[in-house]
Amino acid sequence: MVSKKKSDAETKSSANDAELLHSMLLQRRFEERVAEAYALGKIGGFCHLYIGQEAVSTGTLSMLRADDYIITTYRDHGQALARGISSRSVMAELFGRQDGCSRGKGGSMHLFDQNTNFLGGHGIVGGHVPLATGVGFAIKYRGGDQVIVCFMGESVVNTGAFHEALNMAALWKLPCVFIIENNRYGMGTSLERASAIHDIYERGAAYNMARQQCDGQDIFAVRQAVGEAVERARKEQQPTLLEVRTYRFMGHSMSDAVSGTYRTKAELEEYMKRDPISLLRAKMEKDGTLNEEQLQKMDADIKAVVQDAWDFADASPELPLEALYEDVYVDTTT
Amino acid sequence: MPVVTYRDALGAAIREEMQRDDRVFLMGEEVGVYNGAYKVSKGFLQEFGEMRVVDTPITELGFAGVGVGAAMVGLRPVIEFMTWNFALLALDQVVNAAAKMLYMSGGQYKIPIVFRGPNGAALQLSAQHSQAWESWLAHIPGLKVVAPGTPYDAKGLLKSAIRDDNPVCFLEGEMLYNTKGDVPDEEYIIPLGKADLKREGDACSIITHGKMVLVAMQAADQLAKDGIAIDVVDLRTIRPMDVEAITTSVRKTNRAVVLEEGWEVCGVGAQVVDHIQRECFDSLDAPVIRVHQADVPMPYTKSLEKAAKPDLPKTIAAVRKVMYLD
Ligand SMILES: Cc1ncc(C[n+]2csc(CCOP(=O)(O)OP(=O)(O)O)c2C)c(N)n1
Ligand SMILES: [Mg+2]
Repeated sequence: MVSKKKSDAETKSSANDAELLHSMLLQRRFEERVAEAYALGKIGGFCHLYIGQEAVSTGTLSMLRADDYIITTYRDHGQALARGISSRSVMAELFGRQDGCSRGKGGSMHLFDQNTNFLGGHGIVGGHVPLATGVGFAIKYRGGDQVIVCFMGESVVNTGAFHEALNMAALWKLPCVFIIENNRYGMGTSLERASAIHDIYERGAAYNMARQQCDGQDIFAVRQAVGEAVERARKEQQPTLLEVRTYRFMGHSMSDAVSGTYRTKAELEEYMKRDPISLLRAKMEKDGTLNEEQLQKMDADIKAVVQDAWDFADASPELPLEALYEDVYVDTTT
Repeated sequence: MPVVTYRDALGAAIREEMQRDDRVFLMGEEVGVYNGAYKVSKGFLQEFGEMRVVDTPITELGFAGVGVGAAMVGLRPVIEFMTWNFALLALDQVVNAAAKMLYMSGGQYKIPIVFRGPNGAALQLSAQHSQAWESWLAHIPGLKVVAPGTPYDAKGLLKSAIRDDNPVCFLEGEMLYNTKGDVPDEEYIIPLGKADLKREGDACSIITHGKMVLVAMQAADQLAKDGIAIDVVDLRTIRPMDVEAITTSVRKTNRAVVLEEGWEVCGVGAQVVDHIQRECFDSLDAPVIRVHQADVPMPYTKSLEKAAKPDLPKTIAAVRKVMYLD
């Protein structure tokens, strides 16, 4: 999903529906196998699935250039894949192997990839938002026309880091696109129980920042809103706060039940009727751009890619023990 | 050699590095229009402009993170904290972001950043404004921690810190800005991680850093009058610590006093003593004594503040005690 050249910007934003579907389906099938690998003990630690939110990652990243920057939270598998980091290196990272995109030192929550300007998954809620402002600052400092997209969960808006970072981004007119993936819950706490304001994009008003809300299950709505925000950042050096309304179909992490004390099964089922992948499929079927046979083939190809990623990860060694002390400091000066 | 204040030595270091490398910029509260809360960056805004001398809102966590983000993509920020007391609000960015980025990205994202500002107690600023933070910071793998005691060291070490590709916490003595010392006109740098033997003697070692270097030198002067020759080891860098310099000195003198501005419990001195007991066990003629702040928040009232701080009489008393003179 990542174009190689700057001049591909237009081609990118006209990415065809089949490409979008492929990207979303890859994330879905990949994470279904992640859940399986987790159950088998091949993946450990905290592991947060993205299932249900794929239109946000694919929709957003399909609007970016290869030289733009992305930074995100611990719920980062979907965005990593949508950015074009290989399934092999993401799976190897989850397995804790040396061919992982962070050499097995980061794990599920800390996927990094310098080749695609993927500045990491970060584990402290809110902590990465000032980093995004800093990347925006660096872009402006160098006089470039890149943008930085910062993904975050809706709980982040209640942190001090969010407030400090958005204020500076607006004050200094930085090319930042802040995307709140409002999946309605931070672990077991609903938005209504955590934030005094419920249309959280309105928080942008406090920073005099352009702000918008959109449907996160409809990939075209996401692309439309992100496209405007990216344009505003690139052409006018102005940040945007975008609230994307979505829903996670799985538990908060692998150790959390899908539904339970904080949300009912009925609510979950209601939201699952708007599966972003089904919505795009239905649209394509209606447009006559996808038939059952094509879909089956795409799915089979993706499953093969994911199986290959699994086999690759399984065969990749863990880092040798000497690597324990590597990467603490760089041994260079300028 | 020109005599220069600690303040101007720091300012010269930053200015020279900003002239040398256009990726270096200074950011913090009051660094520009106001010329710096302690006037280290006097005239910088006029010389470098507002993109490179950046006044921030009062937002320590935020601008520390802005520095880390900018460093991730190739800039070399110098982040000024008005004092390290306020940097506590930014510790998440210093510890969880700057110190760990290289490791958790498997070596992909280095963070060449300097976090700097005054550290330690001044006079009657009371509990929230009088603290020495080096042991907190030195605890963290991924950070380097530097605490110069003289203008010469301040300049040479700050230049190295700015050129270093790792996050460096640079602790300036709040009471040192007006102190003066020789600083050559020619460019020089002092490597991080190297202690300096500030005074040579064979009777006892005083191992110290930062503002307490001055106290150690005064103690050495005074004790010399009684024929007691002190080896003053100025660590200069707390992490990585020049443990060889400690070993060499203590094996020579067989006695040590460890002097620091901060609190006793889990302090820098505890780390130094741990090293001494392992590497110099057979050389020791007496238990090592530590001199440090009393284990209380800093009081305001003058007499209590004096009682709480490590100082010259306490240092001399400690030396005499390890020499079994009292
Ligand atoms: C500062 C901080 N506090 C608490 C946690 C534990 N924690 C991890 S994720 C999470 C919920 C975050 O929810 P949200 O931002 O909505 O993102 P989502 O998980 O829904 O994607 C919490 C409380 C943390 N990682 N960091
Ligand atoms: Mg959430």
